[in-house]
Amino acid sequence: MSLKPTHELHNRRFGRNLGVGLILAAFVALVFGLTMVKVTRGDFVMPPSEELN
Amino acid sequence: MSDVSFNTDLREDEAGFGDFFALLKPRVMSLVVFTAFVGLVAAPVPVHPLIGFSAILFIAIGGGASGALNMWWDADIDRIMRRTRNRPIPAGKVTEQDALAIGLALSGLSVMMLALATNLVAAAMLAFTIFFYVVIYSMWLKRSTPQNIVIGGAAGAFPPVIGWLAATGSMAVEPWLMFALVFMWTPPHFWALCLFMRSDYDDAGVPMLTVTHGRRATRVHILVYTILLAVLAVGAAFTGIGGPVYLTVSVVLNALFLLGAWRISRRDETASEVDNFLVERRFFRLSLLYLFLHFGAILIEAVLKPYGLGGWT
Repeated sequence: MSLKPTHELHNRRFGRNLGVGLILAAFVALVFGLTMVKVTRGDFVMPPSEELN
Repeated sequence: MSDVSFNTDLREDEAGFGDFFALLKPRVMSLVVFTAFVGLVAAPVPVHPLIGFSAILFIAIGGGASGALNMWWDADIDRIMRRTRNRPIPAGKVTEQDALAIGLALSGLSVMMLALATNLVAAAMLAFTIFFYVVIYSMWLKRSTPQNIVIGGAAGAFPPVIGWLAATGSMAVEPWLMFALVFMWTPPHFWALCLFMRSDYDDAGVPMLTVTHGRRATRVHILVYTILLAVLAVGAAFTGIGGPVYLTVSVVLNALFLLGAWRISRRDETASEVDNFLVERRFFRLSLLYLFLHFGAILIEAVLKPYGLGGWT
């Protein structure tokens, strides 16, 4: 049996994996951006127990 | 013997990325995105653009998740109806288990992320919306009462309320006016679709009004609900979400919508068959424009307000 990675099915799987990968990367970037907005906007308060240390 | 392993579990109809995306009902999602956006912008609280974007995104994902769960639950009737036959599950692209897993995972993710990005009240409302669409509408009402679309339509009406809550964190009358607009718009919109999809719901055994009370009664129902909708839609022009732009748009659209509903109520089945339900199809297309332009007008009023132009002040 020969291995043919260019089968149409492989293209479809690659497209699916690429899509999931890009979505995950975008999600990470979004969470990072949200974190930056939240901590720089001034409404972020450290828990009292953390401030003592 | 070979050390090379090769996955022979090849399915020619294996799902691509687009098939999973189709599970989220992108067209319904576009309505969710737009109405939630209008709810968010109309709220009298400035929102950071990234937080606003995240709120809309997670509301859309929540809406998509409920669409996937709806497709999982309704796979049996989707196989029968012409309109839904090509959806990913009946087409054999995505398994029911995958749809359930994606629906549940995205539901949890969207609610959790909306809570983190905005507030718990908006997240709770999103969770309730998903519950309402999947459990109250899909699992309970859809197959048990001809009022399915009337009560179930509430699920599609919640996004502007969630958008408003994401911005303010508290309730007000204005988002519920937007809710009422979508809620009252849904029955005539869907019943017009039922009229020209003819035997679809009958074949699937879904007790749509056309099936239980007949097509004549459905035509009358469309007219009655359109009259109620017109009163509500034009009346909303004199509330906090309205203004001169909204009033103008609303009067024109409601006049056209009432005319369409009147024509539908006057037609019989023979006349409709002859022109392949032309009037009903036109009314359905107009209904899409109707909702888009009403929310567009609310958006314009909200955008103009900071410049002293929107609303009646």
